[in-house]
Amino acid sequence: MTEPIICELSSPGRSTGYITKSDVPEKDLADLLPQAFLREELELPELTEREVAGHFIRLSQINYCVDAGFYPLGSCTMKYNPKVNDAVASLEGFTRLHPLQDEDTIQGALRLMYELQEYLCRISGLDTVSLQPAAGAHGELTGILVVRAYHRARGDAQRQIVLVPDSAHGTNPATAATSGHQVVNVKSNAEGEIDIDHLQAQLSDRVAALMLTIPNTLGLFNANILDVAKIVHDAGALLYCDGANMNAIVGQVKLADLGCDVMHFNLHKTFSTPHGGGGPGSGPVAVKESLAPFLPVPLVAKKATESGDRYFLDYDRPQSIGKVRSFYGNFGVLVRAYAYIRSIGEEGLRRVSENAVLNANYLMQLLKGAYYLPYDRTCMHEFVLSGKRQKAQGVRTLDIAKRLIDYGFHPPTVYFPLVVDEALMIEPTETETLQTLNSFANALLQIAEEAATDPEKVLTAPHHTVVGRLDEVTAARKPVLRWQPELERSQQWNNSTISS
Amino acid sequence: MNYVPNTDYDRSVMLSRIGVTSVDDLFNDLPAQVRHPTLGIPEPLSEIELTRLMSELAHDNGGTHEYALFLGAGAYNHFVPSIVRHIIGRSEFYTSYTPYQAEVSQGTLQSIFEFQTLVCQLMDMDVANASMYDGASAAAEAALLAHHATRRSKVLVAPTVHPDYLAVIRTYCTELGLTVDGRCDFDGCLNTGRVDPSIFSKAIAADTACVVIQHPNFFGCLEDVESLARAAHEAGALLIMIVDPISLGILKPPGTYSADVAVAEGQSLGNTLNFGGPYLGLFAAKQQFLRLVPGRIAGQAYDSEGRRGFVLTLQAREQHIRREKATSNICTNEALNALAALVYLSSMGRQGLRRVAEICLQKSHYAADRIASLRQYELVYPHPFFKEFVIRCPRSVAEVNRYLLEHKVIGGYDLGRFDPVLADCALFCVTEMNTKDEIDTLVQLLGELK
Repeated sequence: MTEPIICELSSPGRSTGYITKSDVPEKDLADLLPQAFLREELELPELTEREVAGHFIRLSQINYCVDAGFYPLGSCTMKYNPKVNDAVASLEGFTRLHPLQDEDTIQGALRLMYELQEYLCRISGLDTVSLQPAAGAHGELTGILVVRAYHRARGDAQRQIVLVPDSAHGTNPATAATSGHQVVNVKSNAEGEIDIDHLQAQLSDRVAALMLTIPNTLGLFNANILDVAKIVHDAGALLYCDGANMNAIVGQVKLADLGCDVMHFNLHKTFSTPHGGGGPGSGPVAVKESLAPFLPVPLVAKKATESGDRYFLDYDRPQSIGKVRSFYGNFGVLVRAYAYIRSIGEEGLRRVSENAVLNANYLMQLLKGAYYLPYDRTCMHEFVLSGKRQKAQGVRTLDIAKRLIDYGFHPPTVYFPLVVDEALMIEPTETETLQTLNSFANALLQIAEEAATDPEKVLTAPHHTVVGRLDEVTAARKPVLRWQPELERSQQWNNSTISS
Repeated sequence: MNYVPNTDYDRSVMLSRIGVTSVDDLFNDLPAQVRHPTLGIPEPLSEIELTRLMSELAHDNGGTHEYALFLGAGAYNHFVPSIVRHIIGRSEFYTSYTPYQAEVSQGTLQSIFEFQTLVCQLMDMDVANASMYDGASAAAEAALLAHHATRRSKVLVAPTVHPDYLAVIRTYCTELGLTVDGRCDFDGCLNTGRVDPSIFSKAIAADTACVVIQHPNFFGCLEDVESLARAAHEAGALLIMIVDPISLGILKPPGTYSADVAVAEGQSLGNTLNFGGPYLGLFAAKQQFLRLVPGRIAGQAYDSEGRRGFVLTLQAREQHIRREKATSNICTNEALNALAALVYLSSMGRQGLRRVAEICLQKSHYAADRIASLRQYELVYPHPFFKEFVIRCPRSVAEVNRYLLEHKVIGGYDLGRFDPVLADCALFCVTEMNTKDEIDTLVQLLGELK
């Protein structure tokens, strides 16, 4: 059953009664603030806690999550989120800290951040890390602004072009544009790798950087990566690596050894922090020494004192691009990522990438007969199928995705990357069992069968969810983006007219 | 610890199906000369060892569980009802991702829709998005919206805006060729604690895309928003208001002042201090700017049987569709923090939020009156204020705060960090979480320091 909007549950006069008393003598409001500043109406819902709890628990029950089942959303790395990491992130010594407290009272927090910076340096092979960016795209923006500042400081301000492969995630070109760059696309070749000749032709003394996801969004590792890095560097440009797919290579290779100058991590992907329904994430940026002066302020630094190591926030960075957010980063996410790294250690990190890649290749083998596999080669942590055979039978990738819901699975990423027709992008992650992979494959094989024999079943899916497929076109054409009492009445009237 | 279920047997089954002999073979595309690096990450820890280590790190900090806190300046210690943690800790919200598949994500989608609704109610604005990274980045995105809407290139930021917000606005705007002016009548503002509209309005020119003000401002004072709004609109510039969402329990909302975009740090709404993050930015605008609003937006939709549901909508603004032509590069929102804010606003409700705001007002004025009555302490800006106020101290703020800290009190923000003129001034914050006893102790300790 669908759940009413919280405002529809409201009754005038109800309240949770959390806060009523003040233990200081109260004055008349009028004595404290001029009337002109005071609001008349405050239109918030009125409920008891019992109603609030019921509402949100019921909402939770119509939400799929990785704790409950397989969530093979390509490029999102929906791995299991270990519970101890949440437990330790909830310690009062972390949650009850104000960011502007005296440094004497935050040494533990700063040490954790300092060590996390160190670990990310060691994992990437790069020299300096800023933990500030709040998400992957925020990390991209920070990294590309650092690139811009670097070129400018070298008298190379004319480098205003950022090269982006056609298979890139949309945030890459958007980031380049948002940071004042012109975006030029680079083609992929028949193997799904970057087309070196096309890349070479685009390079000039006006190019600031190439943004490259490693492995790329097709789940493939550019075997020619060292050549790519070399010709980019020969042209005086920098290699920006989007770390969205680090789960494939963590511990297998350091990005710096591939020629990477600057990158961002996605702690919510590779380092298992919960995705929270779309955030908070965390997107730390790692750079080579030559780019370090431009990172946002502050960095967490350490100095030796008589009484031992002392951690501090270093604001003395005159060439910094400034600030990209308030304070120092999504600390609660950093705590979880730190705990994850410490709990599995170096051998655990390597085990992550090995099994992520193993699981993906195994699943790809099970599925490549029934679905078209545009790049038939060893994949990394994910692979991209095409639903074009099924499309010929009148069943689209979207239909396949919706039918998977009937089988109890979250669908993979669909229609991305754009370079594959009817794309299904599948990332199983390392935390899923062989049995889960087999059942998921069976479901997809059965759906392929249904597409051929009983397409109606697929076209009308999903069949058991709280709502069926929603009319997104009308939703965008006549947007209703908030609840309003008058609107709701007229809408209900409309619906009853339609159904009668 | 280990979260990988594959056994040696599983691996052998999988490898033989793939047709290779070892997992290493799957990595053959990686250049051999750089394979198998040593990282230098410490040995793995058991859960017992990890918990011990993390407890030690947490123990090396002292927060509001050990100290009385009178510090605000952008992050606030407000009451968080127990139900908030209970709801956001539900795996169904906590371990899901962006609601790409609406049919199995109605919980997240409806909560975003409700969040947008309550943000609009609180701010009296037409439309709101699903949230931004934090208040400062929301303000920066608002300035970019103004630039796109007006095609003008100057961003005028009141000197009474939080310095971090100004810094972030600069970072976001400068590379796009916009000029950011945050020094207009700077000295005047330091003297009076708020913007003088008659001086400030002269700086609003034909190329001014927007005027950014904060109300209550960085010093806690209320601004003459009406005059500033009029001046901005007369010059064809947008008014961007940065607000404190708790203050909106009693203060006139941005919509009443005809603000074009209203943004806020939403942390105060049900989110713990957490050493500065994750927080969330509230972002609301007038209807006419809807297509320029950055970030995710949920909208109402119906299925073929007339059942109401919710979807991510107006995605033609966003980076995954528009790529380099998107209104912003933002991809995620701060969904779980937004859910916390939603549960907070739902459970505090109309009466509760008003009462919290009243108590902040009462307690901060009680504290300010008592401190200002001490010899050698002075309330620097005697304007109306909400929960923060500036006190001039007889000694450096560093000295004062050190003394307070010895007595388990965290004092106000040292405004000498903002400007040397204010070297002996502290920005105090008092909320409903500060007891009368704490305030009286603070006053007594300050009185001991002459």
